Amino acid sequence: MESRVRILFLTTAVLLSSGCAATKDLFGLGDDEAAPRTAEPPGQVIDPEVVRREIKEPAIDRENFEVGGYVGVMSVEDFQSNILYGARLAYHLTEGFFVEGTIGQTDAGETSYELLSGGAQLLSASERQLTYYNLSVGYNVLPGEGFVGDSRAYNTSLYIVAGLGTTQFAGDDRFSVNFGAGYRFLLTDSVALHIDFRDLLFDMDLFGEEKTAHNLEATVGVTVFF
Amino acid sequence: MVRSFARLCEWFAVAVLAALAVFALPAAADDEPLRQVAVAEPYLELHTGPARGYPIFHIVERGESVSIVLQRTDWYLVRGADGTEGWANRDQMELTLTRTGENFVVDRANLDDFTNARWEIGALAGDFGGANVVSLYGSYSLNPYVSVEAWGSQILGNFSNGWMGSVNIVQETWPDWRISPFFTLGAGFIRTEPKSTIVQGEDRTDQIGHAGAGFRIYATRRFLLRAEFKSYVVFTSRDDNEEVEEWKVGFAYFF
Repeated sequence: MESRVRILFLTTAVLLSSGCAATKDLFGLGDDEAAPRTAEPPGQVIDPEVVRREIKEPAIDRENFEVGGYVGVMSVEDFQSNILYGARLAYHLTEGFFVEGTIGQTDAGETSYELLSGGAQLLSASERQLTYYNLSVGYNVLPGEGFVGDSRAYNTSLYIVAGLGTTQFAGDDRFSVNFGAGYRFLLTDSVALHIDFRDLLFDMDLFGEEKTAHNLEATVGVTVFF
Repeated sequence: MVRSFARLCEWFAVAVLAALAVFALPAAADDEPLRQVAVAEPYLELHTGPARGYPIFHIVERGESVSIVLQRTDWYLVRGADGTEGWANRDQMELTLTRTGENFVVDRANLDDFTNARWEIGALAGDFGGANVVSLYGSYSLNPYVSVEAWGSQILGNFSNGWMGSVNIVQETWPDWRISPFFTLGAGFIRTEPKSTIVQGEDRTDQIGHAGAGFRIYATRRFLLRAEFKSYVVFTSRDDNEEVEEWKVGFAYFF
């Protein structure tokens, strides 16, 4: 009798313990036995595998340079008026100031003396060519808008310029000073029309006595900002 | 005169054609992505032109973003979501935010750049022993105190013209000052050509040595003003060396 009772208890105990073993994972207690995980370094909970996104911003288009050409008439003192053509490169420092380099060329005509005397020539053909190189500083005195019709407005600017340079004329390089004013009419934000009036001064002793020659020019031009 | 007029017309036609060609160009470049910034202040003011006096015709409200079409001096041409384009100034643009949420940083040079810039190019004009002189130079800084310069000058006088080329070393004692004094030593050559109205005289080339001093003055952005005095010794083939004094002022760009 005693052994029967013992067997009953033992079988019950075995059944119960096996039942527990079968169901223990149901309650999430199985982690205790996941021994290999402890091999990881403590504190390292999540392994970040996120690559930082690199944002490359597009470059801003800076348009402070202005390049273009111009054509017009230049009156070379004592040597008639003739067509002038030239090129201009400007850099805008601020909304007001800019620096500008210009190169211009014209062919001088004949003096009254040469015309009246018949054949006498004061200068050879190559000496008659006038070329100037100027470096000037300009200031936009009157920025504004021009209205064309009812619905169009264009930005404009009246500016003054003054500068120094070299003029090749009558066989010599001459120190020259230039000053003047111009009107810039912006067709778009990057393309402009110019009307310019300038005086180019240099000393000349071609007729024996030294004098300052005033050479006036009036030009129209087109420039592009870049 | 009629021929001249025909040539004038020809040139004008070329200029107009060039302008038309240029009009076609921006259309092709429109595909490039533009930098975008978001307005963080209550609003961003758009002016009709890139200068102080132009009226404000439109505002972009907080939270909206704008594309930067181009920059001219201190002004930015921006395009809003509805396609409106206008000019915003630098002070307001600095308060906008980039896509990463940081403040939009404007590249503006300051006194530190003036002190530490490596390269410098400039143009000066003045008086060279009674003649006019026009000069161009380039400079490379070995450190903030010492730099090496190369100069090319054209001398335009009453009796003769000339060219001068020289290399010199510049020492700045206080390079971090806004008005920075310097001393210089150099050597080079000078070519003298008597004017065509003078009957006698021949071209000649001589060696020169010079010493000088001056000031570099920080102006604005990447520009500086420069004024200097140099004393030249021209080593002529005659019995006596010639001494010439030179004064010049001008401006330069550093980068």
